[in-house]
Amino acid sequence: MMAGADTTRRLTALIRKETRQMLRDRSNLMVGLLLPIVLNLLFGYGLSFDVRNAPVAVVLEDRSQMAREVTSGLDGSPYIDAIHVDAMADAERLVREHEAVAIVRVPSDFSRRAGAGSAAVQVILNGSDTTTANALEGYIAGAIGTAMQHRADRAPGTGRGGATVIQRIWFNEASDSTWYLVPGLLVIVITLIGALLTSLLIAREWERGTLESLFVTPVRPHEILIAKLLPYLVIGAIDIVTCLAAARFLFHVPIRGSLIVIFLAAMLYLAVSLLLGLFISGKVRNQFEASQISLLASFMPATMLSGFVFDLRNLPWPVWIVSQLVPATHFMPLLKTLFLGGNNWTMLARDSLILIAYGAVLGIATTRTLAKRLD
Amino acid sequence: MTSPSATVIVEGLTRLFDGPDGKPFRALDAVDLTVRAGTLTALVGPDGAGKTTLMRCLTGLLRPDEGSVRVLGHDALREPQAIQDRISYMPQRFGLYEDLTVQENLDLYADLHGVPQDVRRDRIGRMLDLTDMARFTARPAGKLSGGMKQKLGLACTLVRSPDLLLLDEPSVGVDPISRRDLWAILADLIAHDNLSVIVSTAYMDEAERCDDVFVLNGGRVLAQGTPAELTRQAQGLTYTATPPPGTPARFLQARLIDAPERIIDAVPRGGDVWFVRQPEAPEAELGALLGDAAWHPRSEALEDAFMLLLRQDQRTPHPAPVEAEALAPTGNSGQTDDAPEIRVRDLVRRFGDFTAVASTSFDVRRGEIFGLLGPNGAGKTTTFRMLCGLLPATSGTLEVAGHNLRTGRARARSAIGYVAQKFALYENLTVRENLEFFAGAYGLGFLETRRRVRAVMAQFELEPGLLARTLPLGYKQRLAMAAGLIHSPPILFLDEPTSGIDPLARRAFWRSITSLARAGVTVIVTTHFMEEAEYCDRIAIQDAGRMLIVGTPREVRDAAGGGGDIDMNQAFIAIVEQARAAEAQGQAAA
Repeated sequence: MMAGADTTRRLTALIRKETRQMLRDRSNLMVGLLLPIVLNLLFGYGLSFDVRNAPVAVVLEDRSQMAREVTSGLDGSPYIDAIHVDAMADAERLVREHEAVAIVRVPSDFSRRAGAGSAAVQVILNGSDTTTANALEGYIAGAIGTAMQHRADRAPGTGRGGATVIQRIWFNEASDSTWYLVPGLLVIVITLIGALLTSLLIAREWERGTLESLFVTPVRPHEILIAKLLPYLVIGAIDIVTCLAAARFLFHVPIRGSLIVIFLAAMLYLAVSLLLGLFISGKVRNQFEASQISLLASFMPATMLSGFVFDLRNLPWPVWIVSQLVPATHFMPLLKTLFLGGNNWTMLARDSLILIAYGAVLGIATTRTLAKRLD
Repeated sequence: MTSPSATVIVEGLTRLFDGPDGKPFRALDAVDLTVRAGTLTALVGPDGAGKTTLMRCLTGLLRPDEGSVRVLGHDALREPQAIQDRISYMPQRFGLYEDLTVQENLDLYADLHGVPQDVRRDRIGRMLDLTDMARFTARPAGKLSGGMKQKLGLACTLVRSPDLLLLDEPSVGVDPISRRDLWAILADLIAHDNLSVIVSTAYMDEAERCDDVFVLNGGRVLAQGTPAELTRQAQGLTYTATPPPGTPARFLQARLIDAPERIIDAVPRGGDVWFVRQPEAPEAELGALLGDAAWHPRSEALEDAFMLLLRQDQRTPHPAPVEAEALAPTGNSGQTDDAPEIRVRDLVRRFGDFTAVASTSFDVRRGEIFGLLGPNGAGKTTTFRMLCGLLPATSGTLEVAGHNLRTGRARARSAIGYVAQKFALYENLTVRENLEFFAGAYGLGFLETRRRVRAVMAQFELEPGLLARTLPLGYKQRLAMAAGLIHSPPILFLDEPTSGIDPLARRAFWRSITSLARAGVTVIVTTHFMEEAEYCDRIAIQDAGRMLIVGTPREVRDAAGGGGDIDMNQAFIAIVEQARAAEAQGQAAA
């Protein structure tokens, strides 16, 4: 039992030391606590794939009541700013001069063909910005569809145009990209803490020569590791709570899964992320290199390859394999599902097991980099 | 042979490393070593002798490639933790956590070593007493001076009473007063705790205090024995030579050290030259070499024996001295011969409330070697930076090569060569590329650059194509000197150029300096090795920002009292302590 008491005392001493060092390093503490808030505001308010007030040129070649009603939906849309022009040539000029991003053209035979059930509205999109073009296509179709629907409701019998498509988007009913981005942001913040903070810890002790003195004490490698992990788990937990609160109260993203499950899963991913940082730190023994490598090895893939923004199914297979090696890939979909879809126990069990395996492997590997050897 | 009382038994220990050229070299080569319990053992030897590698093998931090290491009855390869639980080890650069306070550092190591609470209070209290740091417990370790850091490192190492204490060059870069304090702490602990201690050192006076001395060179044990046994090897070979009046001792010293086939070692000492002759050198040849200098036998010292052992060992590299006449400044500073090259009047530098340099005045003449000595934190570096125009003075006059540093800083700078404490070299550039860069930085033209780079490389025997990173320490220092001299400055500033450099390389270094001074270069140098002050024409001792004394080494020694018998080290300590006592008295009176 003597050994246990010694371990406890050493561990307490090491944790106290790491905590003090963490608290005294103001700049790193700022990174740990303020960066998540900045990122939340940046991604939550600044970055969005949604299109708002997009200028769209509207050309009514058919001046009938019907044509006007059809395009009236565009005027009421918060996503679209309709610019009414008289001729197609004017509309084209607007697009070329970047004054408009799309053209909606109601041809002169619109009402005539509507009677025959084959009316068409031409929509021309500026493809040089695909994201905006894709989003606009949906909005315009939606606005026109709604108007047609209203018309059909009011005057039954006149709107015989066969079946009408009724769109419904699941989980993110408003198809709001904030809902899509904010849960992913939690992953990015956690990954950054590992990449920016823990990646410095072991390398700094190598550089300053403190590890040599530490090694020649009764301290055990795993005790050093645990002591370096714990204070940053606390910082990370604060960040997780910050992100969850921002998601809920600032961005009103629905949290449909259990809050406790989300928190625990996030803590698990946090542990993996911190261990990855520590492993790189112990391996390269140089603060500058460690921080460069962890940005490349953990932060970049977490943003690009985890499904944060880009759909993984579109990846060519070699990149897909790489993406599967990134821990974030196994947490991003889980978190999005927990947020927007609710508790999915099968997915939770599978992804948690993968993350636990990552944690175990990284933990053992990092302990090895702390083996008391200088060679 | 494996006596039970042996604390350390090393047999046939060999350890390989990858050399800078990619080939493995033997840092330790079949080393045998036994250390008896309760003794103080010294490891001495030049850089690269294997001292640090041996220490690390004893701690179990390095695996031996061949041979066995047993420490306190445990095998270092199989049970390193069992050893680490019972030893204390102070690496060359002790790992203090600079953002933790003195107290927090001590507590951390006490906890890690499992020192019980009741013992701890006494122990830490005693350590704070011995190191005289009780006032600073709340200060972050990073804000301590170099000497205090070293003392705190020792205190952290000794928060518990180990069965074996390992100290790797504990006094490198530490001033004589801190060094004396450090050894007083050790002596106290050895007397009270019956410690076994192994210490590696570059100072022979420290080795002389030990029970056993192992002389290492090139990874092998050259000799071992008590200091007295080792010293005896130089018996009958040691002499003092007195140059004729009016001739500086360093001229004679240079002549002697340039004749390695007859002379093993020569150092200036209080206006005389102490030398060791080769055993087989005939008297007549010595007489011819000494010329009109009077010489007589003197009693041998451990350093004499050490130099003898190293010179006799085939594997010792013999760094050739640099004949620096060719490096003489081409640019005339425009000064007449009798005007001082450097003139300092009432120089003051304050940082906020703190006075780093207080009202300092001195002159340095052309071709003089001027030494600036003082404890850590005395204001040497601040004075230095002001002289080089890197730091503006708060008040006072500073003239370098006839240019006032307030008005003609750029012109004054071009007359200065500066070698910083940590040689400012680009590690991933070659020797030639480094020199070409510095030539460019000083604005040398294309042809001039080629001529000067070739000249300094030849003078300092530098290999143009080697990466600076791969050079041994002694050669890095040569390269730094070469870079400082690339624009043929009439004045050369050297900030602790010999810190961490072994005696052999130091002698070669000083040979270059004396040669430069003879060629008319004015040299200002700071150092922690007090015996190096003997090479200087004049020295100044600074403490707490005040200039305590300026004079020739002999004058300084006379002022310290104690007759002519004390060495520079003792003289330095005496002068600093007299001044501190006077200061304390003055404060008490006021």
